[in-house]
Amino acid sequence: MQNDVVLSMRNISKSFPGVRALQNVDFTLRKGEIHALMGENGAGKSTLIKVLTGVHPKDSGQVFLNIDGSLREIHVKSPYEAQNLGISTVYQEITLCPNLTVAENMFIGRGSYHTVNWRQMKKRAAEILEKLKIPARATQQLDTCSIAVQQMVAIARAVDMDCKVLILDEPTSSLDEQEVARLFSLMRDLKARGVGIIFITHFLEQVYEICDRITVLRNGELVGEYEVKDLPRVQLISKMMGKDLEDVSALKKSQLMAEETNEPPVYEAVGLSSINCSNAFDFKIRKGEVNGFTGLLGSGRSESVRAIFAADRITGGKIRINGKDVKIKKPKDAMKHGIGYLPEDRKRDGIVEDLSVRENIILALQVMKGFFRPFSRAEAEAFADKYIKLLGIKTASMDTPIKSLSGGNQQKAILARWLLTNPQYLILDEPTRGIDVGTKVEIQKLVLKLAEEGVSITFISSEIEEMLRTCSRLIVMRDRKIVGELTGEEMTQDNIMHTIAGEAV
Amino acid sequence: MKTKKILALILAAALALSLAACGSAQTSKDKDGLIKVGIVNNPPSESGYRAANVADFEKVFSEANGYKVSTFYSLKNDEQLNAAQQFITDGVDYLLISAAATDGWTNVLENAKKAGVKVFLFDRMMNVDQSLFEAAVISNMEAQGRMAVQWLLDQKLPEYNVVHIQGAMGSDAQIGRTKPLDEQFANGTMKKVVQQTATWDEATAKQIVESVINSGEKFNVIYAENDGMAKGAVAALDEAGITHGKNGDVVIIGFDFNKWALREVLAGNWNLDVQCSPFQAQKIHEMIQTLEKGGQLTEKIVINEERYFDCNTITQADIDKYGIGD
Amino acid sequence: MGSLFKKMARSQLAIPLFALFLLVVFNLIRDPEFFSITIATNNDGNAVLSGNLISILNGASAIAILSIGMTLITSSCKGQDISVAAVAAIAGSVFVSVLRANEITIPVFLLAFLLSCVVSVLFSLFNGVLVAVFKIQPMIATLILFSAGRSIAYWINGGATPTVSSPLLTSIGGFIPGIPIPTPILIMVIFLILITLVLRFTNLGLYTQVVGINEGTAHLNGISPVWIKLIAFIISGVCVATAGCITVCRIGLINHETLLLDAEMDVILAVAIGGNALSGGKFNLYGSVIGAYIIQALTVTLYAMKVPSAAVKAYKAIVIILIVVCSSPVVKDFVVRMYKKMFKKQPEKEVQAKAA
Repeated sequence: MQNDVVLSMRNISKSFPGVRALQNVDFTLRKGEIHALMGENGAGKSTLIKVLTGVHPKDSGQVFLNIDGSLREIHVKSPYEAQNLGISTVYQEITLCPNLTVAENMFIGRGSYHTVNWRQMKKRAAEILEKLKIPARATQQLDTCSIAVQQMVAIARAVDMDCKVLILDEPTSSLDEQEVARLFSLMRDLKARGVGIIFITHFLEQVYEICDRITVLRNGELVGEYEVKDLPRVQLISKMMGKDLEDVSALKKSQLMAEETNEPPVYEAVGLSSINCSNAFDFKIRKGEVNGFTGLLGSGRSESVRAIFAADRITGGKIRINGKDVKIKKPKDAMKHGIGYLPEDRKRDGIVEDLSVRENIILALQVMKGFFRPFSRAEAEAFADKYIKLLGIKTASMDTPIKSLSGGNQQKAILARWLLTNPQYLILDEPTRGIDVGTKVEIQKLVLKLAEEGVSITFISSEIEEMLRTCSRLIVMRDRKIVGELTGEEMTQDNIMHTIAGEAV
Repeated sequence: MKTKKILALILAAALALSLAACGSAQTSKDKDGLIKVGIVNNPPSESGYRAANVADFEKVFSEANGYKVSTFYSLKNDEQLNAAQQFITDGVDYLLISAAATDGWTNVLENAKKAGVKVFLFDRMMNVDQSLFEAAVISNMEAQGRMAVQWLLDQKLPEYNVVHIQGAMGSDAQIGRTKPLDEQFANGTMKKVVQQTATWDEATAKQIVESVINSGEKFNVIYAENDGMAKGAVAALDEAGITHGKNGDVVIIGFDFNKWALREVLAGNWNLDVQCSPFQAQKIHEMIQTLEKGGQLTEKIVINEERYFDCNTITQADIDKYGIGD
Repeated sequence: MGSLFKKMARSQLAIPLFALFLLVVFNLIRDPEFFSITIATNNDGNAVLSGNLISILNGASAIAILSIGMTLITSSCKGQDISVAAVAAIAGSVFVSVLRANEITIPVFLLAFLLSCVVSVLFSLFNGVLVAVFKIQPMIATLILFSAGRSIAYWINGGATPTVSSPLLTSIGGFIPGIPIPTPILIMVIFLILITLVLRFTNLGLYTQVVGINEGTAHLNGISPVWIKLIAFIISGVCVATAGCITVCRIGLINHETLLLDAEMDVILAVAIGGNALSGGKFNLYGSVIGAYIIQALTVTLYAMKVPSAAVKAYKAIVIILIVVCSSPVVKDFVVRMYKKMFKKQPEKEVQAKAA
């Protein structure tokens, strides 16, 4: 049994400033198995991989690798060292050189090849390609191959380095079905050769198709290790999301059931689609209603709300605001109609790092007021001061660059930016991600308070409990399509998970 | 938004077209009984001098004078080499070259010799054996400098405090025109107040002279290595209220024979302008005619006949005849 | 005192101002008369100011004006326009062509300037469209006009270096009769006031910085990055035309090969010396302008010291490297740390003093 284990990680802990990324995590990989590493975003999957491959040093814990039949502790300090030990990683994005040949890509920059014997290299590459049944020629330029084949070449490169552990980090996300099938047959082949494969993916179907075991992480902690056949999908989802199926007791239903009135919806879209959200969808929200989009990451929930705000280029659909036909083609149109949008990726789309908290807060209102009508310094300070106090934003001063604030306070500042515009409809995409628990609760309270004041809100959160607590209607998405809508009594964890998993309730 | 994009595209296209239009090359017509000549030169945009040089060759080597001409202009030696080789392959009778760089031509000229193509060098010498070309018609920058310095000495000024404004360091013209003056500085007949490069830039020349004026040092000669820099220097003198030229406090010397510069000399604002003749075409034309008639050339290296005009002798007719540009 | 020092050390303008200060002190030690200003009568019979200080302010005006546009482009596009000098040659050529085709009167002069502005803005927009719409890196996009610009100017000039002369030109390039300050300095001041007003009464500064720091956020907050970038190029176009025309007026001649020769590098340097990140984002226009004056002060200093021609560029490079290195975050942090170490004891002393 012991000889079966190729890699064993024990009690791994790792902290980043302010975040506990991993806490006493165990992980075991056996020879010739495909082992899925599962968890929502931020669960610690990539940190675990990075500790294993020496990108990050671990804070505590031990890593053992099977070397010549016995487990020995290893201390990996760099990805290069990991490769030499037989731990290879293939990332989602191809990290090869597209303008070199397949053979060159397989051999260049490796080990002690300081001189290159081109003929030998080509011959060896051809052998490996043949052995692994990869449909590429050694002399072909890499970028003339399909993405899947490129991915396979990356794997071939890894495999040839006498690898014991192969880590595949979301290799399938840009592949079509056929390509996935081809990749899987290669993985099975490697498995038969005794390579231990760690497979990271967001696609549940693929896990069930090819994996032997699943390790689930949540919030940096180990949830458990399971045999695939013992773990139905619904249970896997609940383990990833952190809710036991039966545990629905402590939840408090949102009191804010939007009353059915004759008033037209605040916002209504028919057949809305954008370049990133090609499946047209219908959507409406009433005054004071809080609803939410739910689904696993990549299910299309963010893309849908981005389409509502016209953050991506709109390709179709009719919009009515308070019953009146309007055109919303760009974010500024949406803003003019009283829509606010707090984006999912705070760093990329939310904050303006180098600018002050004050400038970050007034930004949206300033844009609405117009290019030629800047707020005076006094006005801007009054606005900023009001919301810094109202939301309890912790900052040295309003002139502090926003990048030096904590994540939660940055998020509050962005929230303040939109509250300042006095929106009638506010879209909050993951407002609670990556911030401390106290602020999470504050934000949820604020959502409910705003709704009471008549603001319509769309709320998206990876934490299902938050959505159950705040939303009166949930739109469930899977594979970029709306697959269900739950209201009132239907809104239970159970139902949500079943709907997400695509099984009959 | 869409219209804006289209507008943007049209704008870009229009600009691209205008770029292409001004880069279009000349083509030559076919006609029998003409002497085929290939000319390899630097592009006319290099300088006013070069523009006059190119224009001169275009004027002399015309169909009316019995030539069928192909031209190639580049600042790059390797492109010039390729073009020259191409002209040889095309079977020209004469190859006229003003080389971008002095080295690397032996091979091409040997090929020309084998193919029976006669080579003339103009404007610039190159590092090759003299047997490889018929004749070279070149300017001697140092001789120009000497002419200016000699003229200056002939003025018998009580003292010579010279502000020397140099061209771009390392260029032929700078090296040639600096040397005779440096000799005077070295033997003490003239005093070097300032010697500074303005990289042929008029505005920089003005700043340099301003700086001398601000320092309060005495000077009575400005020796600028081209007309533009002399003009910049004079602008600085004007602003400081210092007189110059004929009967002025400061002697102004420029080079190149731009028409506007000669007019300054005629007006007495400057004292001297020295020619750097871009006109080599006539001399080469004469030599080709000699060869065509079966004659022999007597000179291997022909130095351009160059002259100067000072404010006492220049006439409007001189400007019209020798000035370049307008 | 301590907090003031810290504020000073952190301020973007600290290093450039300090460098300027050092240059001034250096020159004063070398020659106490260096900055003396005298009144002279020029050859047109006007009383005018002269002296090294005037030379510096005057000589830097073209670079300073160009640096305004360059700062905006740098901030919003995260890159530099290396074609400014070449486009200035085009603008200057247009200016001269119009002047030469007509009798030079004030309306003709204004028309010539306006036309050169239009042409310059169009060429600048060509760059802008490549950068903003087609998302080509600014240096690559502007490389086209960097190499082709002077040829276009050559073509406009018909291959010559045409001259123009008129008292009107002299009063723009030199002195307006009755005003003892060189006109280019006045034009620079007008530009500075104008741009200050623009920054004060529009959101140009805020939008430009937002676009430069985070285009995603700009887009989601209703700011169009494309338009902001194009505006930067338009403003730069006006600056380029002005700089080109001033330079033409100074000498009364357009030489497409040497007009503002290598100015693009000086302008980019001015922006960098002014403490602006060449990778875009936050900017301080006044820093760039100070940067331009530093470069010119350095040049004039080197002339005054009679540094040999061949060595001028090397000396310039050394000083500029020193300034840029000193303003790097690494050195700044080091200075702040050293300051803390050196003055740590001071508060204790104060406490003791109070106790006593």
